[in-house]
Amino acid sequence: MAALQTPEFASLAVGDVVAEQSFALTRDTLVRYAGASGDFNPIHYRDDVAKSVGLPGVLAHGMLTMGFAVQPVVDWAVDPGRVVDYQVRFTRPVVVDPELGAVVQVVAKVGQLDAETAVARIDLTVKVGEETVLGKAQVRVELGDRGGR
Amino acid sequence: MNPELVGREFPPTAPYLVGREKVREFARAVLASTPISLDPEAAQAAGYADVVAPPTFAVVIQEQTLAQLLAEPDAGIDFSRVVHGSQQFTQSRPIVAGDLLTATLAVTSVKSLGAHAMVTAESTITDADGAHVVTAISTLVVRGED
Repeated sequence: MAALQTPEFASLAVGDVVAEQSFALTRDTLVRYAGASGDFNPIHYRDDVAKSVGLPGVLAHGMLTMGFAVQPVVDWAVDPGRVVDYQVRFTRPVVVDPELGAVVQVVAKVGQLDAETAVARIDLTVKVGEETVLGKAQVRVELGDRGGR
Repeated sequence: MNPELVGREFPPTAPYLVGREKVREFARAVLASTPISLDPEAAQAAGYADVVAPPTFAVVIQEQTLAQLLAEPDAGIDFSRVVHGSQQFTQSRPIVAGDLLTATLAVTSVKSLGAHAMVTAESTITDADGAHVVTAISTLVVRGED
């Protein structure tokens, strides 16, 4: 089997869509993330607590959304170690229905290219339906030769 | 919120040993599919000592510093009113299973926005040799009374 290859910096152009993926979340996804991350805020698994603080329902952890939204870029870059910087703004909560869950759509596009450092800035559009849930979501990916890696 | 938090020194957190199974558990929880985060052999073939943590894993270590901030008796931060505004990770190298990491908190800004307040907390995470691994920056919004 041929090993997957990290894309070549020189082959990229601003505006290229490098990855697209949708993620189906359920309450199970939230409980699993709570355990793995140690964030046990009950607004992420208890409807009664979410309601009592005025939320429309149980919400996905912002850090869960940030965590999976970068995965299409990680797969494109092949090596997670090439992600040198990642930032997001949490603009809108993701409500996860107990039966229907929620579907989050991620589109990753080349936003900027720095030829000197061979770093590509990949901009993420992260939406539930027509609503954007992460703002200014930017991933900087180092695509230069790293001597053997 | 107390503006005097800016510039205050906090002690480094207790060393955190990054376990292979913790990295794999976290990777599965953020729906990762890259073998470099899940399979030690694939990680080694890519030149790493062990599985590589996903880009947001540092939040697990950063969490300890945010707990320090919320526990400051004069911080004036009501946890039930805290909303995560933004987050950034800037890394010198990826976190790899086997790393022994320590985080040091700095509060870089406290701002008021009408009834709300905004605090920016920067956690610098270093390895057992004292070398920089990743800086995690969180902006927390503390909502005012309704």
